[in-house]
Amino acid sequence: MIVFQLFLVLVMVVAAVAAAAFKDLMNAVIACALVSLMASIIFYLLHAPDVAMAEASIGAGLTTAIFIFAINRTVRQEENEEAD
Amino acid sequence: MRKLISVTLLLVIVMIAVFSVSHAMFGAEGARRTGGLREDGVNFGRRYNNRALDETGAANVVAAVVVSYRGFDTLGEVTVLFVAALGLGALLYGARREKNAKEREPASLIVFTGCRFLFPLVLLFGAYVLAHGHVTPGGGFQGGAIVASGFVLVYLGCRGTLPAGRLAAAESLSGLAFVVIGFIGLAVGGSFLLNFLPRGTPLALFSAGVIPVIYVAIGLKVGSELGGIIGNLAGEVSE
Repeated sequence: MIVFQLFLVLVMVVAAVAAAAFKDLMNAVIACALVSLMASIIFYLLHAPDVAMAEASIGAGLTTAIFIFAINRTVRQEENEEAD
Repeated sequence: MRKLISVTLLLVIVMIAVFSVSHAMFGAEGARRTGGLREDGVNFGRRYNNRALDETGAANVVAAVVVSYRGFDTLGEVTVLFVAALGLGALLYGARREKNAKEREPASLIVFTGCRFLFPLVLLFGAYVLAHGHVTPGGGFQGGAIVASGFVLVYLGCRGTLPAGRLAAAESLSGLAFVVIGFIGLAVGGSFLLNFLPRGTPLALFSAGVIPVIYVAIGLKVGSELGGIIGNLAGEVSE
């Protein structure tokens, strides 16, 4: 079980770093949703089902939808600049 | 690649900072010894676990803490969400019209039918979660979020519009119900959000006094508020 939890935490950290590193905002939002999903599984394994439900429904579900709707309303400013 | 390295470096620095601050505040010994304990040795977690069922009648201790012991904080949380939804609505009020003019591509028959089939089930599950918060895991916030995800489904799948007026009315009425219940407690027993209804038998749907009533109010408020946010952002709210 501890190996499974370590795997979840590892996926979470990788997804979090990826969310900060991705240039495309849609990819970053999906990575954020992955962080929330892993967090909710970890909450469930730690016997906190209430928090797990809130995290899964709000963090992984609604926040992703809200972010995608918000990004759809924006326009891309830079074209092919060097990532820095 | 440079960005990746800088982000990783930032993470390491933040972790070191957090560790050193906690070390300075509590000390290595203190951090190990006083996990959840006060100076005089009162363990709050154990106290709530032992007494919550007798004091509030709620089998789910989390619900007892959220609605009963720290009910005023929950009112504050709901207010924060309300102010956020209000700000978003005010910000996007002008931008709503031009988006409405654009014609959207209709959904395919399979998506449309599946969404129409699923939407009542999602609503039913959300209502179940928010009405049984005091006996099973879940509650107002979780159930409200599930209801709001049903609204997302309607927007994405059925290409439907959300009734903004009814959502706003449901939100206002449920918020009002929360505050009114609090004031009834103040009038009956002398403290805000007092549990003035009978406790009932544990694990029954109608038990734990005002906790399920407040949770239903919170669930309706959160669901209609998040649904309104989705509608505002999607720009498809019918007046």
